Amino acid sequence: MAHLAHDPATGGISDATKTVFGHYRQQIRTRRVYSIIALVVFAIVLAMSLNFANAANSGKFFERLPYLFDFLRSFVPNDPLEIFRAMFDLPSPYADGSMKYDFTSQRFYLTETLYIPHFIYELIITVNIAIVSTIIGGGLAFVLCFFAATNLVGAGVVRFVVRRIMEVLRAFPEIVIAGLLTAILSIGPIAAIFAISLHTIGALGKLFFEVVENADMKPDEGLRAVGATWLERVRYGMLPQVLPNFVSYTLLRTEINVRASTIIGAVGGGGIGEAFRLSIGNNHAAKTYAIIILLLVTIIAVDQFSGWLRRRLVGNQAFEFGRGAA
Amino acid sequence: MSNVLAIDETERARLKSSHAAVLHKPWWKRWALPIGLVATVLYLGFCYVFFNVGPAFENGKWDRAALYLQDWYSWRAQPRLKFADGKVTATWSSRGQYPADAIIDWLTLHDDGSMTVTFGSEADRLEVTPSLVTAYVGGEPHEITIGTDTVTAPPDAPGAVRQDGTKVIVDYGFAGQAEVRTNQVYVQRRFLGWSNFWFDTRSAYWGLNPLEVIQLMLSSERIDPTRSNFDTAVQNFLGNGVWQHGDILSKLLQTLVMAFVGTLLATLFAFPLAFIAARNITRSRPVNWLMKRTFDFLRSIDMLIWALFFTRGFGPGPIPGIAAIFFTDAGALGKVYAEALENVDDRQREGVKSVGAAPSVVNRFGVVPQVLPVFISQSLYFWESNTRSATVIGAVGAGGIGLKLLEAMGTNSDWDKVAYMVLLILAVVFIFDNISNALRSRLIGRSH
Repeated sequence: MAHLAHDPATGGISDATKTVFGHYRQQIRTRRVYSIIALVVFAIVLAMSLNFANAANSGKFFERLPYLFDFLRSFVPNDPLEIFRAMFDLPSPYADGSMKYDFTSQRFYLTETLYIPHFIYELIITVNIAIVSTIIGGGLAFVLCFFAATNLVGAGVVRFVVRRIMEVLRAFPEIVIAGLLTAILSIGPIAAIFAISLHTIGALGKLFFEVVENADMKPDEGLRAVGATWLERVRYGMLPQVLPNFVSYTLLRTEINVRASTIIGAVGGGGIGEAFRLSIGNNHAAKTYAIIILLLVTIIAVDQFSGWLRRRLVGNQAFEFGRGAA
Repeated sequence: MSNVLAIDETERARLKSSHAAVLHKPWWKRWALPIGLVATVLYLGFCYVFFNVGPAFENGKWDRAALYLQDWYSWRAQPRLKFADGKVTATWSSRGQYPADAIIDWLTLHDDGSMTVTFGSEADRLEVTPSLVTAYVGGEPHEITIGTDTVTAPPDAPGAVRQDGTKVIVDYGFAGQAEVRTNQVYVQRRFLGWSNFWFDTRSAYWGLNPLEVIQLMLSSERIDPTRSNFDTAVQNFLGNGVWQHGDILSKLLQTLVMAFVGTLLATLFAFPLAFIAARNITRSRPVNWLMKRTFDFLRSIDMLIWALFFTRGFGPGPIPGIAAIFFTDAGALGKVYAEALENVDDRQREGVKSVGAAPSVVNRFGVVPQVLPVFISQSLYFWESNTRSATVIGAVGAGGIGLKLLEAMGTNSDWDKVAYMVLLILAVVFIFDNISNALRSRLIGRSH
């Protein structure tokens, strides 16, 4: 014990401690060198990427920056109320026959006098696209996921095939599905529904089967012991455990799908996305701001509602990997 | 047989009263599943009407759908065999799958000016002269006479030879079809695979098999005296006029750069701000609130809006894509990071604080080591998902492979190119998913 004792003459540290301390310093130094090398490589890749992006862009960043501000300055409605007139299809006092101030012609009349404003109608289409695709995609993912789970399906071939199908559906570019269907069925929401549904099968299917694989197998064992069939095991042993998480992931998917359906809408699926692309492309400031506000409100409302519902169903546990398979 | 397990009256009563919640659910809980299913079906029925699904499917161009899908994995040679001065001459569409003087084995010109087109075998062929086309279907000849105003199929013709107004269509299934008109025969000959995928007809490497290509690459005799044969091959490949490999690969790189830079910048931006938003680190409720609402605002504006907005500002290209990903993900990552920070273990911070460290040092050694793996793993998730969404963002105007895809689909005849780009995207997404998975599992392994 003597060599570990405190020795005031040598500054309070024994030789053994010094060696350990030296090794520690050495390791810290090596780690620091590695960190610095990693950071430098990272910085170089970032710089090269930025440079490439700038070179590939049709307008250069610093050249175009003043134009961006000019665009912002010129992109202002005549008065703030114009935005709300555009939103609710009320006649504009600036009407001059051009599309820019024509807010009334695209009303959707329910009866002689009662109408749904154009953008709100488009918004309803977009939200419905999202909901329908979540239902279709979620339903098919629900059926498929049990065949991809190791703990329920013994046959490796089935699992392999189902998982690969899910992977391909997840990674397949949505615009190609939408584009192909647009070519066959002409422009409209069906293309968007198909594209988003297929993607949803892949994304939700993956999350679902991971939930199934993490489920407690004791109820399943019990059911197997009394001779339950595969379907009965899934229904009574698995489903009650996984359903809350399934619902939570499906709600999260709905949030993502609302965003996706606006984007797909802009490339030929119809709905508010297309209206937005047209209005910003034609410099219709009031209409553009009206759509931005509508979209913002919708997305916040959908997020809040689904968040509230999820919290009621599963508490806070299922929030963490929300974007896992987005 | 009677039950092995028997429950007597008192036991039943006891169970009923002690597990009332299980045995006596309210009616709406018991009927939740059927009611939910019926509501869903009703809703889907409403949407079926609302989106006009029925009429849209009825009016769909399903015959074209088959054609488009065949185009994904096969190609069509489309010569027009025109009649002039008692002779037949072939003219080619702009896509030009054959060089001008190529010898084509399925299209033979005879000395008398007539032509033979074979569709897969000798039994299925067309003998074309300006006044008479003989279509052999399964070995049976059918004489199609060409008048001045109209072309007539023989009366005993099978289903494959079909009169369509003034023209006659001969259908050979997958191998192709021919439209016999008064002044020409429009032939569509289909082959499996992609035509001229490696080299186009202008290249010296055209029509060679892989072995010959390698031989030519390594031969010392230069095709182009200014550069090596290998260099020529690479240049010819990238400059392929039909497939545009160079352009497509650079567009793909643009999309990848969008996702990478966008996510990275969002990470760098959200990292410090998350410390301000976290309640346990910055002890000022108004500042926390303001920061969190800023994240919510950024997150809630659709990526589409950012993308189109910056496309107006900077023109199409990766910059609007980067900006769109940056703004949405800065908000989303900020929120996730702030939540992770609020869940840190306080003991480590207290330990560092107790030895008198400054606030920044407390965060550096008491907080960052705990949250860094979580932060990086979340950013990797976002990177993965952005690699996919950058394609769509590109299509609405930000450029990259998305716009290229949209252009190719818009022509309705470049589906083979669409298939090629889809394969590239799938490959890239798989590779990046695996990289990100590997990085993530290493990180999480280390943090345990």
